[in-house]
Amino acid sequence: MHAILSIARRELGGYFATPVAFVFIVIFLVLQGTLTFSLGGFFERDQADLLPFFQFLPWVFVLLVPAITMRLWAEERRLGTIELLLTLPLTQAQAVIGKFLAAWAFTVIALALTFPFVITVNLLGHPDNGMIAAGYIGAVLVAGAFLAVGAAVSALTKSQVIAFVIGVALCFLFAASAFPVVTDFLSHNLPVLATIARKVSIVDRFQSFVRGLITLRDVIYFASFILFWLVTNTVILEHRKAD
Amino acid sequence: MSALIEIRGLTKRFGAFTAVDHISFSVARGEVLGFLGPNGAGKSTTMKMLAGFMTPTSGSARIAGHDVQGDAVAARRELGFLPEGAPVYPDMTVIGFLRFTARVRGFHGGEAHDRVEQALSLATLEGVRHLPVETLSKGFKRRVGLAQALLHDPPVLVLDEPTDGLDPNQKYEVRTLISRMAPDKAIIISTHILEEVEAMCSRAIIIAAGRVVADGVPDELARRHPSGKLEEMFRAITQKPAEAA
Ligand SMILES: Nc1ncnc2c1ncn2[C@@H]1O[C@H](COP(=O)(O)OP(=O)(O)O)[C@@H](O)[C@H]1O
Ligand SMILES: [Mg+2]
Repeated sequence: MHAILSIARRELGGYFATPVAFVFIVIFLVLQGTLTFSLGGFFERDQADLLPFFQFLPWVFVLLVPAITMRLWAEERRLGTIELLLTLPLTQAQAVIGKFLAAWAFTVIALALTFPFVITVNLLGHPDNGMIAAGYIGAVLVAGAFLAVGAAVSALTKSQVIAFVIGVALCFLFAASAFPVVTDFLSHNLPVLATIARKVSIVDRFQSFVRGLITLRDVIYFASFILFWLVTNTVILEHRKAD
Repeated sequence: MSALIEIRGLTKRFGAFTAVDHISFSVARGEVLGFLGPNGAGKSTTMKMLAGFMTPTSGSARIAGHDVQGDAVAARRELGFLPEGAPVYPDMTVIGFLRFTARVRGFHGGEAHDRVEQALSLATLEGVRHLPVETLSKGFKRRVGLAQALLHDPPVLVLDEPTDGLDPNQKYEVRTLISRMAPDKAIIISTHILEEVEAMCSRAIIIAAGRVVADGVPDELARRHPSGKLEEMFRAITQKPAEAA
């Protein structure tokens, strides 16, 4: 456990060692704010809830989460520090979990800084704060799912840019898989895949959290999704670390 | 008592190319082994497999009795490893980096503090402890890598070109340090500076194209060549037959 926490602590410190972390958080807040207030019609709707805020969140994550994870392994490979890290007395799984936890903690910090949205709706009306809390829990899980994908992709390459591009593409796929365009296309051509696509859609699952509904099935879904990608990350590392 | 380092038939192929070809040797406590060979001979590849970083195509290695693949974490606890090029996280300070490795190795509080201080002093890094690693010269970076390898006072040291990039004074310090630690440890040092081998190694192995071509006490190896010089001996046996002829 101390090994996992040491890795997580170093990695989280690494995020804040450069201004990149602050730039990232500012971009995230500005993007969320703009989308919520302009496109989402936050004020015009005249409703005291955070639906417009949560509506755009997964799509902002599709773009920004791979930017958080792209350096996790690609940079270790480029610098050669991966050789140092993976010859310390820890298992590869511990290193994978430690890095994932750091990235997750960073995302939670970014999410926590959206608190002015919550204050605003509470000042303007009487929102269902339980529903908002459920939305945030869903957001943390969506972030975790995308982070796990992005981290695994980062282990494939020395290039942060490649890790970012593949990460965005994969996250988009998991976010968009329940879109009518996608499912219609699939049900005409490959009906089996259409069912699977609807089942793996991150955005669909997230919608129930936003409506205030936390089901065990959804939580298990996110947990297994994250676990699957962490295992994939470990396997990729095992096979590609010394290349 | 069995040797602290045991390498048996270690082989690494990259596609059709064999980088390390059935290398076997052991190193006992008290031995300092100079691991020599021209560039591309397979020294770093062998050391990466010994440290459990690279998976061998075949063969096995043990550190203090622990198989580096099957019992990797236990083996690495007994190992201090300086990888090729001494990679260190550039954005960390010297002391931050050493504290990190101390924590991963399970040291806490006062003990972690003492270990870090001792490593700083062994590698003469006290003056730069608060500087980010990226601002340091090549020689200092290498000493940070060395400090990390010594921090937990391991019985086995595997150092890939520990004196590369150091100035003559720093080289002398590192040699003295290694000679001082030698009695309690099994140490492998790769280098292509032959005087260094004569100065601090109790034994030398020369490899070429992935195979062991000589193994013995440095003086005795040198005497195998009419000139009596290790350098001449090295050239004679590591050049390809066509060039040597
Ligand atoms: N990951 C790799 N993929 C392909 N070839 C490699 C790889 N690592 C090393 N080699 C090759 O293996 C040979 C031995 O390399 P190395 O062990 O680094 O030599 P040395 O450390 O003795 O200079 C070289 O020819 C090198 O090009
Ligand atoms: Mg080398």
